Amino acid sequence: MLKYDLVVIGGGPAGMAAALKAKECGVKKIIILERAETLGGILEQCIHTGFGLHYFGEELSGPEYAARFIELVKETDIVVKVDTMVTEIRTGNTVIATNKSDGLLEISATAIVLAMGCRERPRGALDIPGSRASGIMTAGTAQKYVNIDGYMPGKKIVILGSGDIGLIMARRMTLEGAKVEMVCELMPYSGGLTRNIVQCLEDLGIPLKLSCTVIKTHGIERLEGVTIANVDENRRPIPGTEQFVECDTLLLSVGLIPENELTRMAGIIIDPVTNGAVVDENRQTNRPGVFACGNVLQVHDLVDYVTLESQIAGEGAAKYILSKNRRRTFRYVQTKAGKGVRYVVPQNISVDTDDDVKLYFRVCDVYRNAKVTVKSADKVIYSKKKPKLCPGEMEYVVVKKDDIASLDKRELVVSAEV
Amino acid sequence: MKRELVCVSCPIGCALSVELSEDGKEVLSVSGNTCKRGDKYAKDECTNPVRMLTSTMKVNGGNHPVIPVKTSAPIPKGMMFKCMEAINNEVVDAPIKIGEVLISNVCDTGVDIVATNEM
Repeated sequence: MLKYDLVVIGGGPAGMAAALKAKECGVKKIIILERAETLGGILEQCIHTGFGLHYFGEELSGPEYAARFIELVKETDIVVKVDTMVTEIRTGNTVIATNKSDGLLEISATAIVLAMGCRERPRGALDIPGSRASGIMTAGTAQKYVNIDGYMPGKKIVILGSGDIGLIMARRMTLEGAKVEMVCELMPYSGGLTRNIVQCLEDLGIPLKLSCTVIKTHGIERLEGVTIANVDENRRPIPGTEQFVECDTLLLSVGLIPENELTRMAGIIIDPVTNGAVVDENRQTNRPGVFACGNVLQVHDLVDYVTLESQIAGEGAAKYILSKNRRRTFRYVQTKAGKGVRYVVPQNISVDTDDDVKLYFRVCDVYRNAKVTVKSADKVIYSKKKPKLCPGEMEYVVVKKDDIASLDKRELVVSAEV
Repeated sequence: MKRELVCVSCPIGCALSVELSEDGKEVLSVSGNTCKRGDKYAKDECTNPVRMLTSTMKVNGGNHPVIPVKTSAPIPKGMMFKCMEAINNEVVDAPIKIGEVLISNVCDTGVDIVATNEM
């Protein structure tokens, strides 16, 4: 059995940032286990720019952002195993993994950082009637075909879902010579960044159809077209609005799901809204010594925030590894989503937290001039007007540690009210 | 002449209304913005809209058939497809370092095409 102080599962931006931070904090033996053939995670196929504006203060492409961290990892003695799949986390924080050269690996760890990222919601999760014709795939799959494997998966494209990956792929496919007929969005607003709506759709004259969805796919061997329809306020197709659109490819950009199979198997409590682990201010889960960060914890819109969150987890893991007394107090303040807020991360804050805590949250709908508040019982801890809030952009508020220590009721409610 | 734009400088996305001269070459006034950045965005977007272009280029002897590339600086919006053509007509040989210039002064824009990954 191998022994490490810290095992990091996943070598994307989250895993690398957590491992580097833990190293910086003095943790000696660290190993990163990565399923793909290189470090970098999904950034490797995100060749567009826009990464790093917050963290580096410059605009980088995905591979460039990843390369900065890959270089830093190489400069340390952090062990990296690529092409390595973790299959289980056993009791006593033993990690079971497998790869071609080592066969079966059994690694005993003092602490574990979960950084497995997320995957796209597949067609099967949508229940669109139609046969299993080829040409229907997630936007990220198409992105891999075009940007890594170097070929185009189709010529005439319809995109369902206006999340950022869908918008980015609309532009990418168009630049490579495909005709993108339209982007359909079920909701009355786009989940993507305004900048992407302008530069990926408007620049290229691609229509964005809001409150519209695909209700049927046509074709047996290859996709021949889709039937689209407008939807009402309950997101149900409106009879009579059906329209046939000829296409050979349907790209799906309909949401991301944190990849938490290992987490669930390890008996870690999952937040039903984020689909990620329930964590404290150090991103520690209910299982001692197991931390989570990045898209496996909550789906982020900016990699810069993934990096920052993962540094918190890396530092938390280091504190856990290096401290002599690992007993936890279990005296927590619970955070809760109030009116207009969908979720808050972290879900728990130690009463005696070492630092001020940033509460990250997402709102339920698009709000203009809304007031964001953090309350405990009737006491207002924080209140600020925001000109615009939308579900597609993660927000945060900072709560001071002194405020947390002096609460009468161990509860903090984050709300956004118009 | 009037043009309607959505500002992309920040997530608020102000609806901008731009008053242009008859020939459309000069910005007379900008309204609808809530900060100075909106004014600058509207002027740039109406007089000289530029974009970063990212794509992939065919590569010989690499671990993948293509390598990601970008323009070293934003190029005029109208030059995007022409630069795409130039990129797609080129084949480069591995090994390639990140930041290496693969096409210099692409389509006389004064901007280079550089690799954004190593291979």
